[in-house]
Amino acid sequence: MPTNQELNNIASQVRRDIIRMVTSAQSGHPGGSLSSADILTALFFSELKHSPAAWSRDGKGNDMFFLSAGHISPVFYSVLARSGYFPVSELATFRQFGSRLQGHPSVEKGLPGVYSASGSLGQGLSVATGAALAKKADKESNYVYVLMGDGESEEGQVWEAAAFAAHNKVNNLIAITDWNKQQIDGTTEEVFGLGDLEQKWRSFGWNVVVADGHDMEAILSAFKSAKELEKSEEKPVMILMKTNMGKGVDFMEGTCAWHGKAPKPQEAEKALAQIKETLGDY
Amino acid sequence: MEKFTNTGNKDTRSGFGAGLFELGKQNENVVALCADLTGSLKMDAFAKEFPERFFQAGIAEANMIGVGSGLALSGKIPFVGSFAAFVTGRVYDQIRQSVAYSETNVKIAASHAGITLGEDGATHQILEDIGLMKMLPNMVVINPCDYNQTKAATIAAGNYNGPVYLRFGRPGVPNFTPEDQKFEIGKALKLIDGKDVTIFATGHLVWEAIQAAEALEQEGINAEVINIHTIKPLDVEAVLESVAKTRAVVCAEEHFIAGGMGESIASTLAANTPAPVEFVAINDKFGQSGTPSALMKAYGLDAEHIVEAAKKAIARK
Repeated sequence: MPTNQELNNIASQVRRDIIRMVTSAQSGHPGGSLSSADILTALFFSELKHSPAAWSRDGKGNDMFFLSAGHISPVFYSVLARSGYFPVSELATFRQFGSRLQGHPSVEKGLPGVYSASGSLGQGLSVATGAALAKKADKESNYVYVLMGDGESEEGQVWEAAAFAAHNKVNNLIAITDWNKQQIDGTTEEVFGLGDLEQKWRSFGWNVVVADGHDMEAILSAFKSAKELEKSEEKPVMILMKTNMGKGVDFMEGTCAWHGKAPKPQEAEKALAQIKETLGDY
Repeated sequence: MEKFTNTGNKDTRSGFGAGLFELGKQNENVVALCADLTGSLKMDAFAKEFPERFFQAGIAEANMIGVGSGLALSGKIPFVGSFAAFVTGRVYDQIRQSVAYSETNVKIAASHAGITLGEDGATHQILEDIGLMKMLPNMVVINPCDYNQTKAATIAAGNYNGPVYLRFGRPGVPNFTPEDQKFEIGKALKLIDGKDVTIFATGHLVWEAIQAAEALEQEGINAEVINIHTIKPLDVEAVLESVAKTRAVVCAEEHFIAGGMGESIASTLAANTPAPVEFVAINDKFGQSGTPSALMKAYGLDAEHIVEAAKKAIARK
């Protein structure tokens, strides 16, 4: 297992990948990608029991990860490539015509690591729940993870899935919310008043773990707590990861302005100057 | 002329229930989900026999589609069931992204389709579902005509790898196709051979088309009747072959003209060999409460209207 320092180094490279991909495509979603970079690095490089080189879409014998908030595809593609699902060089094709790295994740061109298309929000929790139910039915011990945006929990389907998963005691499902408190039109409180998110999940029959989504130790310990809770209580777990939108690039932090905007080359240069190249740029 | 015998009225939804039960016995990967309408969809036999493979989805159709899609990834073959209105329009985006675009092996079981849902009225009488589903890439659209064919179609859908929209209905209707039929997805079935006009029909309108052909024969008009049980992929070859002979067309279905089987046939003809087409279908208006037979008559979806349409099509040659 990599040390926390090693994980931080990987996350730094993932952040560079994100900036370079959206800059090169001159489109894409850097804000939420940066806020989720530590979570997904911890997941893909330490937590998941997976076989990147031998990936198959049925997920059998492996942990499965679903990205529900499909717009943060840059961070997803970066961790997939960096953990060995496909060549890192392919990141250069992000959002280009004919690429397997579509603007939002797709299965059509067979990109390894993508189980289901996402982009239209609110669907990933349902799909992940189905995958988790199948693993239970097949007596598999692997877990299913899903990452959602916090604004995404404004979608009604999320709460249908929440109720369904609790009712069916789907205790091999670990949901994660990237709780960066920003969405396109402003803060989540201004736009839709998410209120007490923790109590909402609890009242739907879930256990909730709250963690600092930029602290590797805290992230890994949240995964551990989630699994322990699921073993003891037969409930699904939501991990609310407190994060900072745009984390790692000072002028992108804490604002919705960079939700879906690509930096101009000069801005990208400023951003990259703040992020250490640790594993070599693609 | 070929003769068809009604062996007794039966609802097509029961054909679905029987097919699902049969599939459940044949293949342990077959699972089913239903949004609080298990009895209405005749899924109860499956649910009782295979409780570990049946998931009650509650009145939460959007989630049901997603869960079905997730189940399908590992090799399960999920049938997700509700009324056609609630398992198409209500969940269109879920079907679009998590089933059609994600190419998951989900079977959408849509009961109580069309105007013959009857007394519940227009909120439940969906007449645009074929159009919604056929517009989605990767989606197969099947609308069988009677109990026996619905049972066979259900089994065929389960054995086919890919998204399928399976449409069936509520009322008892004549059961006249063979009990042991083999159902081939995408293969139109010529029921009556004729030379003056082709009647393409789907679903409940197939029996009406047969009645119409018999009435036309009394008047010396020789109508060909073709059962289009699969609207997508359309059996283009069968359509063109028949129309090359008859040069006049009637399309009969329990659906809006827009988006229906007739629209698919008309566009195929327009691109290949234009011929006059008359539509026996509903034109851009909602349904209302009533008995299925009263509604079929009032909305012009019966043998009598097919006869009139056939004469018009022939006159336009």
